[in-house]
Amino acid sequence: MTDLNKVGPSCTWKDLTEGMMIYEGGTSRQFKTGEWASIKPEYIESKCIHCLLCTPVCPDSAIPVKDMKRCAFDYDHCKGCGICVKACRFGAIVMEGVNK
Amino acid sequence: MARRDRLSGNEAVAEALRQIDPDVMPAFPITPSTEIPQYFSKFCANGQVHTEFIPVESEHSAMSAAIGAESAGARTVSATSSAGMAYMWEELYLASANRLPLVLALVNRALSGPININCDHSDSMGARDAGWIQIYAETNQEAYDNMVMAYRIAEAEGVHLPVMVCQDGFITSHAVQNILLMEDKEVKEFVGEYNPEHSLLDPNGVMSVGPYSITNYYMEARRAQAEALHNAKAVVKAVGEEFGRLTGRSYGWFEEYCMEDAEYAIVLIGSAAGTAKDAVDKLRAEGKKVGLIKIRMFRPFPGAEIAEALKNVKAVGLMDRTESFNDCAGPIGAEVSSALFRARHMCETINYVYGLGGRDVRVEDIEKVFEDLFDAAENGTADYYRYLGVRE
Repeated sequence: MTDLNKVGPSCTWKDLTEGMMIYEGGTSRQFKTGEWASIKPEYIESKCIHCLLCTPVCPDSAIPVKDMKRCAFDYDHCKGCGICVKACRFGAIVMEGVNK
Repeated sequence: MARRDRLSGNEAVAEALRQIDPDVMPAFPITPSTEIPQYFSKFCANGQVHTEFIPVESEHSAMSAAIGAESAGARTVSATSSAGMAYMWEELYLASANRLPLVLALVNRALSGPININCDHSDSMGARDAGWIQIYAETNQEAYDNMVMAYRIAEAEGVHLPVMVCQDGFITSHAVQNILLMEDKEVKEFVGEYNPEHSLLDPNGVMSVGPYSITNYYMEARRAQAEALHNAKAVVKAVGEEFGRLTGRSYGWFEEYCMEDAEYAIVLIGSAAGTAKDAVDKLRAEGKKVGLIKIRMFRPFPGAEIAEALKNVKAVGLMDRTESFNDCAGPIGAEVSSALFRARHMCETINYVYGLGGRDVRVEDIEKVFEDLFDAAENGTADYYRYLGVRE
């Protein structure tokens, strides 16, 4: 069993897991893919009725929900695809370059 | 107690697989390996094995399914030849990088074109840098024995790499030879149960297979994989010796034939070694100090040991059953020459391309090679890269 705590940007080849396998769940949270995006959607809270149509269409999990209310974007993981902009029927999400 | 039988190479490999009883076999037919899944699927239909046989729609799918099954914790095998293996290309590298100990029964056949169904080594030699362990057979017996040993090598601690068990298309795959088979129980005890430490179907473990490795990790990943192939070297030898204690047929990295006092030698792989041994016997009867090295394990490559075995020869013929299209040398030519240079052994070397697309190699052909070597040792040669048995 490989100790995943040894795996990091400065570890040696001997510290890697066999075949680069990951023996833990939910580790993609630690990988901040949000930096891939050049533009991001913007959440206009005043227009949001919390219908939650946007949350399930997000290809990542960048629209968190708490107590049946959507929360602010998780920009650490939002890649700026703009699909949520298309899903929102109330103009509560806007993004440069994405037309409704 | 061993059983005597008469089997073709394909039958022998299928018989070994029946005795091993792997968990999953995804396969797609291609000449000359078709018979292996054909015979084996009969064993499945008859209830003689517990294997899940998956008749996939292509070799790309066969190796993909094999990777999936092996990741899930199932002992997996497939079989293919030539273009079939070429179609597995992408997956071959994943199987080794993911450190999956699956086994591929490869029946060597020429790659197209021109299209040709007969034996040469262009398929497996093309995949020599895919990270697989490669083991080759001279005879049907060796094809059977190598298959029995394959999982012990693949699944060994510190190795966990796929193994290609190669034999020569038609020459051994379809020719029937006398063969000694082990008892089913003996094979099962020798191979043992497969209990991987991690698998996708393990209810107590969470696992992601094949994650993306950024530049900061990729090179370390490759270095770790190279170490696994290095570890395989000692394991191949140890398993070959253990097999020898059990059956009387011991195996190493390569076979030395009449090499003790040899001054002229050839190095080759596969079934042509049988013909070449006849040529060696004939020349030995004439008092010529000739010998032969038959490489069994080409990956990892036992270069230092081959160079050591050649240290007293004056001239050596390096025999490649493939054309590498580099205007320089074939795989055996390049790698043995490199090993000789590292060992500072500056004998004459001639690299021959022979037996392409099923071209017969005869005793007279090998005698001609030795005549060339006698001449090269005396007079030297500038003509390093040659064809044997081609019409000029």
